Amino acid sequence: MLRILHQIFRTGIVTEPLPPAEETEIEVIGVRLEEAIKRYFRRSLTIREIDAGSCNGCELEIHALNNPIYNCERFGIHFTASPRFADILLVTGPVSINMEIALIRTYNATPNPKFVIAVGDCGYNGGIFGESYASLGGIGKIIPVDVYIHGCPPKPADILNGILKSIEDSRPT
Amino acid sequence: MNVLIQITTSILGSDARQDNSQYPATMPLYQIPKERFAEAAKSMKTAGARLVAEWATDETSFGKGFGIYVCYAKDSEYLIVKTYTPLNDPTFPSLTKKFVPAYRFERQMRSLMGVVPLEHPDSRPWIKHEDWPENVYPLRKSFDASKPIPRVKGEYQWIRAEGEGVYEIPVGPVHAGIIEPGHFRFQAVGEDVINLEEKLGYVHKGIEKRFESISWEDGAKLAGRVSGDSTVAHALCYSHAVESMTGCNPHGRALWLRALMLERERIANHLGDIGAICNDAAFAFMLYQLTILKEKLLRTNLKIFGHRFMMDKIIPGGTSVDINKDAKKEILAEMDWLTNEFERLVTIYDENPSLEDRVRDTGILPPEKAKELCVVGFVARASGQEMDCRILSPFPPYDRIVPKMTVLGSGDVHARGWVRVEEVRDSIRLIREILNSLPEGKIREGFTPPSPDKSGFAIVEGWRGEIVYWVQSCPKGGINRCMVRDPSTVNWIALEEAIHGNIVPDFPLCNKSFNQSYSGHDL
Repeated sequence: MLRILHQIFRTGIVTEPLPPAEETEIEVIGVRLEEAIKRYFRRSLTIREIDAGSCNGCELEIHALNNPIYNCERFGIHFTASPRFADILLVTGPVSINMEIALIRTYNATPNPKFVIAVGDCGYNGGIFGESYASLGGIGKIIPVDVYIHGCPPKPADILNGILKSIEDSRPT
Repeated sequence: MNVLIQITTSILGSDARQDNSQYPATMPLYQIPKERFAEAAKSMKTAGARLVAEWATDETSFGKGFGIYVCYAKDSEYLIVKTYTPLNDPTFPSLTKKFVPAYRFERQMRSLMGVVPLEHPDSRPWIKHEDWPENVYPLRKSFDASKPIPRVKGEYQWIRAEGEGVYEIPVGPVHAGIIEPGHFRFQAVGEDVINLEEKLGYVHKGIEKRFESISWEDGAKLAGRVSGDSTVAHALCYSHAVESMTGCNPHGRALWLRALMLERERIANHLGDIGAICNDAAFAFMLYQLTILKEKLLRTNLKIFGHRFMMDKIIPGGTSVDINKDAKKEILAEMDWLTNEFERLVTIYDENPSLEDRVRDTGILPPEKAKELCVVGFVARASGQEMDCRILSPFPPYDRIVPKMTVLGSGDVHARGWVRVEEVRDSIRLIREILNSLPEGKIREGFTPPSPDKSGFAIVEGWRGEIVYWVQSCPKGGINRCMVRDPSTVNWIALEEAIHGNIVPDFPLCNKSFNQSYSGHDL
């Protein structure tokens, strides 16, 4: 137990000291994000993530939002297990034919108002997997998308930026 | 000489003919008659070989029928056995009763290529879901892959358990966390799991078919997206396979840089996994500590290699990125820092009795089961199986810097976690050795596409285990077939076995200790 406490104090708060280039970027995004969340979501923005057919690359970067360095909870963002509680659906992948129905059901289970953010190049147009018998292409072909975040995979800071954009550009209707 | 060849030729005599269009020479291919296919498998089983992969090809463009391929391995030796079946009689003898992994391979071959394994115990589709029309076979050349498959009505026949107090828990495809989709169906009595059945295929996006319509160079990009967490290992394995067909030998520096990236990928994923295992035992402290370390490694990757996961950095003919002296210094310093930080956390893991109580004796995969299921990678090594193709079938530079193999016998969650701990330590050592002996030279050789009518085979030990690629060029020179076998393809079924006798709340912990890829399996 002492070792654990020691390690916690030794580690301190790592959220602040980011590498210079990224620090400014994340902090700027973060402050604006926090304000937007305060204004429209009463400090609590809840996200349901759906993998609609991705290679798992985007999932790794979405995961990283929860690590102590990006620490997305400081802005009031947290991930939920149920679409019923979600304000935002964060969707990855080209939509695979075997996930199409599950994606539509999850979308329908999410209460209005809601945003849909498609993460990654595959979520935009199918990416390298294109459109085929099994890959239906971008998320927008199946459910309405508010914001696309490009990249293969997009970096965690890009994902935070995309979330901010969705809030600022298209406030919940 | 290769023992597996000796056995095959001594039993089948002149019926077994070597096929010289297969590369490299260390991965031989023998063609045998269909009626002796099962007999050959039996002799492999008796010899103690494991089944690595089984797949089908459509060789109509060669003027032939369907090719049925099976790859066996024993220790460091590999052998591919092939037979043909005509278009008007697409059947072959099932090997499922001899080798367990053939069970899903053959269901998949039937579903996607329409070749029927005779006397297979399970006629349900695999990857293909119940709402696909019956006669749709995407891997056949006659199939039009440009249009989505129409849906039909259908129902999947689940395995049922009956009796007083038996109830069912369906989970997925959309899971609670930020993870890939798949469906698990539990039959339970009280808290005890009496059966788990997996249904996968949700992230099937037609990768193998896609390979057939892209260039050889783009193939490495696609391979790098079979499973995003193993992008280096997959791109490397694909590159090895196609380089073997062309006789392209990347320069030493490229080979060492590839190994550097492979080991960095191993460390990053293992760090994340060890943390996630602890988190599923309610020890969140460890997850957050280890994700800090992982994040720092990924940032170094971005700075030095230009991508956090090093996607598209391995290409046929070499690498697309080089490192300079400063980068070398930086990585060496990072390894010193990482050792210090990691060891501190390992001590905490090791001295925590309540964590130990959760991870020991949970989700046991006994060594004999592991052997029977032909599992690979850290799953196999945690269950007493000595295998690591960096050591048994080394490709440069692993012939010069030999990795250490950690094999444990208990087969529980702890063993799968601890193998990863040891592998992180060893990869740190390997990275130091690689950087200290990194030769000078070119990072890229000219790559000319393979000539028609050849096939190449490669294996690479990714962080999950042995990855296999088999690539075939068609008479016109493009890719006729690219068979991808991620470790997950054979390891997923082991989770069904390991969960027996455990309680439902321990499933996430067991699952995390396996952490198999959905995308790598579903393709």
